Amino acid sequence: MAKNQVRPSALPKWQDCEFGNILPYAGGAKEYKTGDWRTDRPIVDASKCIKCGMCWLMCPDACIVQTEGGTYDANLFYCKGCGICAQICPKDAITMVEEGA
Amino acid sequence: MSKRVVLEASHAVAEAVRMADVDIVAAYPITPQTHIPERLAEMVADGDLDAAYVPVESEHSAMSCVLGSAAVGARSFTTTASQGLVLMHEALYIASSHRYPIVMAICNRALSAPINIWCDHSDVMACRDTGWIQVFCQNNQESFDMTLWAFRVGEDPDVMFPVMVNLDGFILSHVTEPLILPDQDDVSRFIPEYHYRLALDPAKPTSHGCFGLPDIYTEVKYSQELALRKSRSVIDKGWKEFSNIFGREYKAVETYKAEGASTLLVTMGSLGETAKMVIDERRANGEAVGHLNLRLWRPFPFDEFRDAVKDVKTLAVLDRCYSFGGPGGPVASELRSALYNQETRPHVVGFIGGIGGREVDAQAFGYMIDRANEITEKGSDDLYEPLLVRGLESGTGVRG
Ligand code: SF4
Ligand code: SF4
Repeated sequence: MAKNQVRPSALPKWQDCEFGNILPYAGGAKEYKTGDWRTDRPIVDASKCIKCGMCWLMCPDACIVQTEGGTYDANLFYCKGCGICAQICPKDAITMVEEGA
Repeated sequence: MSKRVVLEASHAVAEAVRMADVDIVAAYPITPQTHIPERLAEMVADGDLDAAYVPVESEHSAMSCVLGSAAVGARSFTTTASQGLVLMHEALYIASSHRYPIVMAICNRALSAPINIWCDHSDVMACRDTGWIQVFCQNNQESFDMTLWAFRVGEDPDVMFPVMVNLDGFILSHVTEPLILPDQDDVSRFIPEYHYRLALDPAKPTSHGCFGLPDIYTEVKYSQELALRKSRSVIDKGWKEFSNIFGREYKAVETYKAEGASTLLVTMGSLGETAKMVIDERRANGEAVGHLNLRLWRPFPFDEFRDAVKDVKTLAVLDRCYSFGGPGGPVASELRSALYNQETRPHVVGFIGGIGGREVDAQAFGYMIDRANEITEKGSDDLYEPLLVRGLESGTGVRG
């Protein structure tokens, strides 16, 4: 018999899919690591940051967080590396650096 | 007590929706469906139906609205036709993928252009693959009955799929016929109270509309496909229960005088009644002809269809829709593909006609039988036969 070329995986089989793809709980996105979609990573130079919060406001993933010192930084668990924060920053405090570089 | 009344199919559908005790109706009026939402709006305004009536600003909104109401577990109804149905298109997939048992009556009508408000099946055929259960009605009683049945089957815990009830625009929607309205107690017995276990509820949160990345989408869609096919047993059980309570019998594939027939006329929807009249005449003349009514279109009833035609030589199939540049009308193409791998199979001759309200009368059905028999005997390279097109001599088919 011809063998179906399914790759081994720990992901759900079709039998284990949620009914209607509806999850019986809320907040699933919290556990979902979108950080590994990223090719470029934002690096904040806190010494240039004037705490204007523009990056926080514009991040489409809402993953910029304020640090204890009042400056801002990206939560890399979620950051998708779009670069909008670096574009919007009025002080060029954010640089996009290639992952792994 | 059941009672005999005289109603157009639109009002019969509205009665069924009222007796099914829906929680919400969201609809946008469009010819020839208008009488359904109008009557339901009256019922709500008069206090005869305890439901929310949402006069939405478009059909896309109508479908989006019932997606929301279905998500909180409300029994939800909408209705449309033609351009309205195709405007809903993207939202139709959400209903079936989320497994929301919405019921929608469609008063089948042609699609623009040219603009045309009359009957054909182009609207629903464009939605063939949206994952909804799809049935067709032949008359007003059936329009009432199928609407009740749609709630019963769609909401069954082993189904949970939305259902399209197709009734021919004008030919049924606006035509007055006698029919039997059942007793409310019987209807309530047939359609049990609906409880949706995944309803949106802040006290017990659930997540609807989740992402499906390439690593899961394949499995999710496969499970949806199998679930729709599995609904077949409940679909039949629903008709069985219906006949036990109300006495009228329905099947996925219905045959008429098909015993010993070598040729069958195949129709969907109201034209089945004209076809049966022609069969009566031909049978009286001693011809071995019969009729096949395809009631259930999705999920397609492969076994019943193959069984019904296994001893037949010729199928004369009427499509009320074009598949431009394709292998012929959608119905004939599917029937052909359902039969292709069978050892013995009838010759399928497809006809495309009855579009945009063009009448298909007894004479036309007579021609279909004769022409189909002729093609079975002599063979033909044509993909299908255009019906009643001015400028064509009889028997001028279309080739690839
Ligand atoms: S790169 Fe994009 S996603 Fe990442 S922190 Fe900046 S704006 Fe947000
Ligand atoms: S936009 Fe630039 S300056 Fe403003 S808070 Fe963000 S990093 Fe600091």
